[in-house]
Amino acid sequence: MALLKYESQVRPPLVEGNKDYHQVTEDICRPVEAAPSRLWWIGFLISVALLLFGVISVTREVWFGTGQWNLNKTVGWGWDITNFVWWVGIGHAGTLISAILLLFRQGWRTGVNRAAEAMTIFAVMCAGQFPIWHMGRVWNAFFTLPYPNTRGPLWVNFNSPLLWDVFAISTYFTVSLLFWYSGLIPDLATLRDRAKLKWRKMFYGVMAFGWTGSTKHWQRHEALSLVLAGLATPLVLSVHTIVSFDFATSVIPGWHTTIFPPYFVAGAIFSGFAMVQTLLLVTRKVLNLEDYITIEHIEVMNKVIVLTGSIVGIAYLTELFIAWYSYVDYEWFAFRYNRVDLSSPYGWSYYLMMGCNVLSPQIFWFRKMRRNIWVTFFMSILVNIGMWFERFVIIVTSLYRDYLPSSWSAYYTPTIWEVGFYLGTFGLFFTCYFLFSKFFPVIAIAEIKHILKKSGENYKEKMDVVEAEPVERFAHEHVH
Amino acid sequence: MAEKKFVVASFDDEAVLFPAVKQVRRAGYKIHDVYTPMPVHGLDAALGLRDTSLHTAGFFYGLAGTCTALGFITWALTYDWPLNFGGKPFFALPAWIPITFEMTVLFSAVGMVLTFCYLCQLAPFVKKDHFHPRATDDLFVMAIECTDKTNEGEVSDFLNGLGAKEVNTQIKETGWWIGSYADDKKPFQKQVQAVS
Repeated sequence: MALLKYESQVRPPLVEGNKDYHQVTEDICRPVEAAPSRLWWIGFLISVALLLFGVISVTREVWFGTGQWNLNKTVGWGWDITNFVWWVGIGHAGTLISAILLLFRQGWRTGVNRAAEAMTIFAVMCAGQFPIWHMGRVWNAFFTLPYPNTRGPLWVNFNSPLLWDVFAISTYFTVSLLFWYSGLIPDLATLRDRAKLKWRKMFYGVMAFGWTGSTKHWQRHEALSLVLAGLATPLVLSVHTIVSFDFATSVIPGWHTTIFPPYFVAGAIFSGFAMVQTLLLVTRKVLNLEDYITIEHIEVMNKVIVLTGSIVGIAYLTELFIAWYSYVDYEWFAFRYNRVDLSSPYGWSYYLMMGCNVLSPQIFWFRKMRRNIWVTFFMSILVNIGMWFERFVIIVTSLYRDYLPSSWSAYYTPTIWEVGFYLGTFGLFFTCYFLFSKFFPVIAIAEIKHILKKSGENYKEKMDVVEAEPVERFAHEHVH
Repeated sequence: MAEKKFVVASFDDEAVLFPAVKQVRRAGYKIHDVYTPMPVHGLDAALGLRDTSLHTAGFFYGLAGTCTALGFITWALTYDWPLNFGGKPFFALPAWIPITFEMTVLFSAVGMVLTFCYLCQLAPFVKKDHFHPRATDDLFVMAIECTDKTNEGEVSDFLNGLGAKEVNTQIKETGWWIGSYADDKKPFQKQVQAVS
C-alpha cells in the first residue's frame, strides 16, 4: 500500500500544514458554518446593488427597445456581444480544471476545482443574458428552440452558427451544472452530518440527496466523474469553437478566418484562468484556506496563463501575417487601417489588447513573479481587461467600417444602459459567488482527503524512507 | 421496509481498514457495506464488488442523443420543410455536426447522472439511516449484517482485534424513505427482521 501512495519528493506538497482527515473537514467547513463576516456583507451588498443597476438597465432596454443602446447601422454588435464572448470565455477555466486536468491526473486541481466550476456556471449564466436580451423582443426568445409550432411547423435553421450557439451554451451550462453538483453531493452530506441547527440539517439534508458514502456509491461516483470529464473535455473545446463560428463563418473582413476556433479556445482558457486567480486569491485569504490553495497552485495557474497568453499572441500575429500574405484587399484593409494604425479611431484598443494579453503575461517566465501574490492579482485583472478588449477589437473594428465608405459609422461609444447591463452581470456573478462561498464548501472536501496521504505535507515528510530505498532492492521486489 | 441488525465497526485509517476487510471476509462474515468519507481506491475490489456498468449506459445514452439529433434534423430539413439556404443541399450533414455533437454530450451526461441517482437512490428529500455521523468526516465505517446464528459478542471481539476504534450493535433501516434530516420521524412501523 505504501507504494501506491508514493509521490516524488520533487513535487511540493499540495496540502500544507499538519492535517488529518478531520482537520480538513474542519478547515473547509468552518467558513460555511460561521456567521458571515463584515467583509462578506459589504461585498455582497455591493454585488446586489450592481445587480439591481443591471436589472434597471435591462428593463429599460426591454421597455424602449435596443435603441437604448448606441448600436448603429454598421456596428450591430457592440458591447453586448463583446460581453457575451468575454463571459463565455471566462466560463471555460472551470471545466478545463475539473475535466481536462482530471483526465491528465493533475493532483493540484483538487484545491481549486470546486470554486472554478462554480465560477464557470455563474459566468455562463452572465454570458447567456447578452444574446437573450439583445433579441429585443425577448418574449419571443423561445423561437430559438425547435418546438412544434403553428407556423407550419417552421423549424429553426439548424445550419446557422447562431443556433449552434444556443445548443452549445445550453448544453455546456447543463453539463457543467451536473458535473459541479454531482461532485458537491458528498461534501453536502459532510455538512449535513455536522449540522447542529435545524434549518441547516433540513437544508443540507435536502441538498445532499441522502448520500451515505457507501463503497458502491463511491465506485459509481468515480465512474460518473470520469465519464463526465471525458464528455466535458471535447465539450469545452467545442463551445468556444462554436462561439468563434459566429464570426468565422461570416464574410466580414477580420472575422472570416480559419484560425478562430483554436485562437478563441486558447483565449478562453487564458481569461478563465485569470478570473480564477482573481477570485481564489481573495477567497483563500478571506476564508483562511492558504493551506489548501497554496502558492504552488497559484504558480501552476500562472504557468497556464503564460502558455495560453503566448498561444493567443501567436494567433494575433498569424492573423495579421495571413491578412497581409493572403493579398485580400478587404482583409488587409481591416487589419492595416482599422486595427494596427494607431491613429485610426479604434487603434488604441488594438494596442491595449496586445499589451495586456501578449506582452504583460511574459512576466510569468520569472519564478519570483509567478509566486508573488500581488503581481498575480494585478496581472489577473490586466489579462481580463485585455481579453475584453480582444473581443471588442474583433467585433467593433471589423464592423465600424464596412464595404461602403459613405456608411462608415460615427464613433461607437456605449450608452450608460449598455454599461449598466455589463455592470449588472458583474453583480449577478459576484452575488452568486458570494452566496456560493457562504453556503457551499469552496474546496472539494472529499477530493482533498483523497490526495491527502499522497500530497499532504506531514505525510510527504514520512515518505523519505521510500525515496531512500536502494534501487536494486526496489527493482527486485517490483519488477514483476 | 425492513430493519436489520448490524455489528458496526469504525476505523480511522485505510491502512487498517484494508487488512480488516480481508480478514472479515475470510472469516465468512457478510459485510453489508463500508461507508467512507472519500473514494478509497481498491476498496470495491476488496469487498468483491463488480465494476459498475455506468460507462456503458453513458455510451448508449450518447448514441441515443446522436440518433435523436441527426434523425430529427434530417427529418425537419429534408422531409418536413426543406428550406433552400444559399443553394446548398437540403441534406447538409457537415453543418449539423455541431448540434449532433452537443446533443450526444447532453443526452449522455443527463442520462448518466439520472441513472447514477436512480442506482444510488439519491434525490432531494430522500432520507436514509446512517451508521455513524463521522462516516462523512474521518471514519471508515464497516457494517456487518447479523443473521440468526451470529454471535454478536464474538464478532465484536473479532473486529476489535482487527484494529477497529469503535464497535457496536445497531438496528438500522436499509431502505430509504421520504423525509428531511431535520427530524427522526419515519413513516412506517419499526419491525426487526432477522435475515437468514
